[in-house]
Amino acid sequence: MNTKYAYYPGCSLHSTGAEYDVSFKKVAGKLGVELAEVPGWVCCGTSPAHSASHLLSIALPVKNLSLVETMAKDVVVPCAACYSRFKFATYEMGHDNKLAEDVKEVIGSSFQNKVKVLHPLEIFAQIPPDALKAQVKENHKDKALKVVCYYGCLLTRPPKVMQFDDVEYPMTMDKVLENTGYQILDWSYKTDCCGASFALSETDAVLTLTQKILKNAKEVGADAIAVACPLCHANLDTRQTDINAKYNTDYNIPIYYFTQLMGLAFGYSPKEMGVNKHLTEATMNV
Amino acid sequence: MPTQATVMPDAKFLKQMDDKIKVNVNLCFQCRKCSAGCPMAYAMDYTPAQLIHAIRLGLKDIVINSKTMWMCSSCQTCTTRCPQEVDIARVMDTVKILAVAEGIKPPVSSVHTFNKAALRNIKWLGRMYELGMIGDLKMRTFEFFKDMGLGMKMFMKGKLKIIPSVSPGRTLTTWKIFSRSAKKDRSN
Ligand code: SF4
Ligand code: SF4
Repeated sequence: MNTKYAYYPGCSLHSTGAEYDVSFKKVAGKLGVELAEVPGWVCCGTSPAHSASHLLSIALPVKNLSLVETMAKDVVVPCAACYSRFKFATYEMGHDNKLAEDVKEVIGSSFQNKVKVLHPLEIFAQIPPDALKAQVKENHKDKALKVVCYYGCLLTRPPKVMQFDDVEYPMTMDKVLENTGYQILDWSYKTDCCGASFALSETDAVLTLTQKILKNAKEVGADAIAVACPLCHANLDTRQTDINAKYNTDYNIPIYYFTQLMGLAFGYSPKEMGVNKHLTEATMNV
Repeated sequence: MPTQATVMPDAKFLKQMDDKIKVNVNLCFQCRKCSAGCPMAYAMDYTPAQLIHAIRLGLKDIVINSKTMWMCSSCQTCTTRCPQEVDIARVMDTVKILAVAEGIKPPVSSVHTFNKAALRNIKWLGRMYELGMIGDLKMRTFEFFKDMGLGMKMFMKGKLKIIPSVSPGRTLTTWKIFSRSAKKDRSN
């Protein structure tokens, strides 16, 4: 198994999703996965870029991939939004010759399109379950924590581009967390949209969509929701007070990055995993 | 009896869309699966299937003035589920780009303003600087108090940096990518 990867944190993991960055690095280290941050990486452009120019939206991730190419490694991209833009970039570069030529001219480099883009979930899913279980601490307090896994929209869709697990009913995160000693519950909102990039512009849409996600999580009896994307985390974690005010509800469901849950099971303290950075505070004794 | 607006299909528009979309909207047989699964359909004026139909009819005015594409969250559900493999999410982007190029004032101005602020941020800093972007957004929307409390909480938790991460090399990189692709877009 390849255990050395180039690491593209993206803008969020350096700011609003700092706890995802910290927990991913610690957990990866524990499992023998080496990460080297891509030097000089730039923003992937996210939704604003593809809403403004198709060419720009492919050029920005390809610029980053060309930097990765010089490192001769595959790249791991934890933010689902960046991951989606990177996958779109590799797909389009392979399917649209005219665009590929334009992109190379724009970024001023020859690009081979040889880099494989991976999400941390794909890397952890390759690790044998026993190796994961071996890291779980005996006295890990939250074996009883009931978790639902939320993948959001971009990890799996559209499948011909993403090629990540089953498009409507993925199981990768469920399995990784199950092997890390959590009780995983089945639910209906695994891949529904949380409002993604509308966080600051159309906040009401975020409230409408996340409310449904929280409702279903509560209905099935979840103590916590695990996520794999800083946008999902922000939308679900920071808006529960607003949702409660708008819908007259009393949601107080902690939202964890799946890497935080792994780290907690491996014996790291909540502080080391950045759990104290959440706005909806964890009330259970992790 | 209510008067019905007469619609004049715009042939030039159809050609424009054909050139730019690179998606064959004519494959659409109006099963409306895209609209049934669209999480944002409730906030749109035309459902995704209706917008696709309007494009096929060449109804430029309706299309570029619609709220629909601005309320699209780019979740890719429609594109994933369309039995005819119409890339509806890509159509949404293309229609946004065309509407802006035509000088339309987007009916959902918050989304367009946010996108512009974010792009300016990326172009000049190479990476997103959230606090700067929020400041920029507030200067333009005059919504100074929206999400102030939340912003403060995030700030206290160390989730928003005061000092942007700047590197001249990186700025030059993104600045070049932005200018060159804008130039190419104009000539294409
Ligand atoms: S799902 Fe596809 S074929 Fe069906 S209405 Fe939508 S665009 Fe048309
Ligand atoms: S990509 Fe846009 S139009 Fe398509 S389902 Fe999602 S929100 Fe609706």
